[in-house]
Amino acid sequence: MDNIASLFYGFGVALSAYHIGLMIVGVLLGILVGVLPGLGAPNGVSLLLPLTFAMDPVAAIILLTSIYWGALFGGSTTSILFNIPGEPSSVATTFDGYPLAHKGEPTRALSFAFLSAGFGALVGVIVITLLSSAVARFALKFSSPEFFAVYLLAFCSFVGLGGASPFKSIVAIGFGFAFGAVGMDSVSGSLRLTYGFDELLAGISFLVAVIGLFGIGELILTVEQGLELAGIRARISPRDVLSAALAMPRYWVALLRSAAVGCWMGITPGGPTAASFMSYGLAKRFSRNRDKFGTGEPEGIISPETADHAAGTSAMLPMIALGVPGSATAAVMMGGLMIWGLNPGPMLFVERPDFVWGLIASMYLGNVVAVILVLATVPLFASILRVPFALIGPVIVVICFVGAYTVGNHTFDLWLALAFGLVGYVFKKLDYPIAPLVLAMVIGDKAEDAFRQSMIMSGGSLSIFWSNGLVATLTCAALVLLFWPLIAAGLRRLPGLLSTGRRTPAA
Amino acid sequence: MRKCLLITAALLASLPAGGAAAAWQPNRPIEFVVTSAPGGGTDNFARVVQAIITKYKMVEQPIVVVNKGGGSGAEGFVYTKTQAKDPYKLTFGTNNAYLLPYVAKLGYKPAELTPVATLAVDEFLVWVNGASPYKDVKSYIEAVKAKPGVFKASGSQSKDTDHILTSMIEDATGTKFIYVPFQGGNATAVQLAGGHVDSNVNNPNENVGHWKAGTVRPLCVFSPTRLPGTAKVADDKAWSDIPTCREAGIPIDQFQMPRTVWLPPGVPADAVTFYADILEKVTKTPEWKEWTERNLQTPRFLAGKAFTDFIAEDDAKNRKVLEAQGWMVK
Repeated sequence: MDNIASLFYGFGVALSAYHIGLMIVGVLLGILVGVLPGLGAPNGVSLLLPLTFAMDPVAAIILLTSIYWGALFGGSTTSILFNIPGEPSSVATTFDGYPLAHKGEPTRALSFAFLSAGFGALVGVIVITLLSSAVARFALKFSSPEFFAVYLLAFCSFVGLGGASPFKSIVAIGFGFAFGAVGMDSVSGSLRLTYGFDELLAGISFLVAVIGLFGIGELILTVEQGLELAGIRARISPRDVLSAALAMPRYWVALLRSAAVGCWMGITPGGPTAASFMSYGLAKRFSRNRDKFGTGEPEGIISPETADHAAGTSAMLPMIALGVPGSATAAVMMGGLMIWGLNPGPMLFVERPDFVWGLIASMYLGNVVAVILVLATVPLFASILRVPFALIGPVIVVICFVGAYTVGNHTFDLWLALAFGLVGYVFKKLDYPIAPLVLAMVIGDKAEDAFRQSMIMSGGSLSIFWSNGLVATLTCAALVLLFWPLIAAGLRRLPGLLSTGRRTPAA
Repeated sequence: MRKCLLITAALLASLPAGGAAAAWQPNRPIEFVVTSAPGGGTDNFARVVQAIITKYKMVEQPIVVVNKGGGSGAEGFVYTKTQAKDPYKLTFGTNNAYLLPYVAKLGYKPAELTPVATLAVDEFLVWVNGASPYKDVKSYIEAVKAKPGVFKASGSQSKDTDHILTSMIEDATGTKFIYVPFQGGNATAVQLAGGHVDSNVNNPNENVGHWKAGTVRPLCVFSPTRLPGTAKVADDKAWSDIPTCREAGIPIDQFQMPRTVWLPPGVPADAVTFYADILEKVTKTPEWKEWTERNLQTPRFLAGKAFTDFIAEDDAKNRKVLEAQGWMVK
């Protein structure tokens, strides 16, 4: 109950006209940087960081976190409208968001995304409020083997066996791992796959790859299908926002499952991107409508969005309590913390309760502000789809290239984005899935580091992945998910043993 | 456009000594190239300098911070090298500027960068888990000695400062650790606090939060004298209560990491002096003093020959370890 009292104290700190004004400004700025592919939340936050040096830490963190919330929401907008993820964590939203928007229902697609995102964020904050001290202690249990098991779990829940074509998935995963491995390897300190290009020292930017694979690849396909002068007959009515809101409770299973996945991944910390993929994978596997996934199924929008925001929000806890940033944006904010004179760590809760609880209270308020603001922009964004592609296409190309350039200010990245565009086009033509490539690229590198650190710790023995209850559970859960199609088939044949059978493989 | 600027720069540089006002002055925005990702130690360093310069209006022109932290910072140094003769690219780093090219094949040589100044040094300490039985470094080293290749020492990155220092400890004490590289000092701190490794050699500000919580414990500092700061931090101890490693029994006098500033090759000497003067002014502000105290860095301003001498000495010391470990690339 202490936490509830502290929370009300926090509301007392956060609820001032000045702070609420900062929230609105921050959220609006965040939506803007989130919508533009390439700019992204980390850049938006670091651009504003110098402004905050003169501010009081509470006001400063409220401004920066509000930008983060805004960007998380904005990132889904372009995923749904143009199949171009504005943020890495909204890649999974494209799978069903884009088809639904192109069936003429962008309003519903956007509303589903924003409402579920708001729900996810709310669950994330509640978890932080109630369990902050326990969660921080739990996060300390995680070391390299556990991290690897978490990544493996995310990976297995998304990929699994028995997809459309396992061979094609494996090829795509292979490409993803290879792209992810480019640059300096932090375990050995040597360079890999840079072929003498200094531009590749930093590795291939994930955003550049996404802009190419999704944005430019999609454009080439559209151009090939012939120039269409008509826009999409998108239905735009504020009533659709309401109907989407009313339909939300029907998806309570997906909402709760995704929120749990998101909080788990935010705290451990696996990050919002892995969370959204994992949540989508689980939804696809266990939903009653699983056959409709990929064609504009609301559950396919709700699941990744809820998990993305639950993870983004709960990732703030390891940042404050342990000094481990759960996302790239959190890393920038942590830099801010140090400059404002706060040392992230377990004692921050004791030393600066006004800061910590003010921040947590502002997370409730900031997300409410963000949901209201983004829902208000839905008709505006949705109407963009009515513009004929011949007009909007060139604009998208420009935005894509500007985005690719902004990531690292390298002209080289423009060529890279173009090359990825071709890869994306070829993949789509030959019916190779892009999603496993993207996921492998995001978590492949981190998973590899975690694996090799584990191997250094154990002297090369794989038994470290079964060395304690936590890591063993994670590893087994991952394997169960990987072989789920086989297990499910086995279970169907043994209906009488269903209840006991389900427990056995997980134990 | 660039040619035009180069000519301007050249003209400015070649202006005769027609009085004191002939010194180089910036006439367009200055870029701070940061060789770490946003939020990293070097990033904070550059942004604090930016904030102080802007606050006191030490430079008329605006300052833009650009992060180029790929390849442990190599990305930024390679970029600086390619911006030859451009005195508007001020690059912020550590001793990684001259150590990185030893361990990886990179597109620049340290001699190609123009040294400007160092503003502060980061201290290194030996830390163990708060629940471990080791209260002083001697007992810890003895325990490691008794079981070679069992204790896990961690640090951020591989073949970088933490790894070099760990090897120096091994050589100086005749011990053998398993070195586990993590991503960054904060991850390293949490791994020690969680008891997944046995020790690390983190900077004070990376571990202080966990020290206050009692999950890690400092044993000694690799500095010729004890740290300042007599206020109690945790365990009823102040920074000044931590012995130097030399007095506690590890025969290493000093290991510190300088926070350094560089310019591209071939810039006018006046520009180097200009920036060195500005940076020296920065180190005299109360804000800088407050920041170094808060982040437990030791202020040490060196420019000109003092700085190049420092580099030569630090370079030779680290190079010896790199060579002994066989980490040098051919």
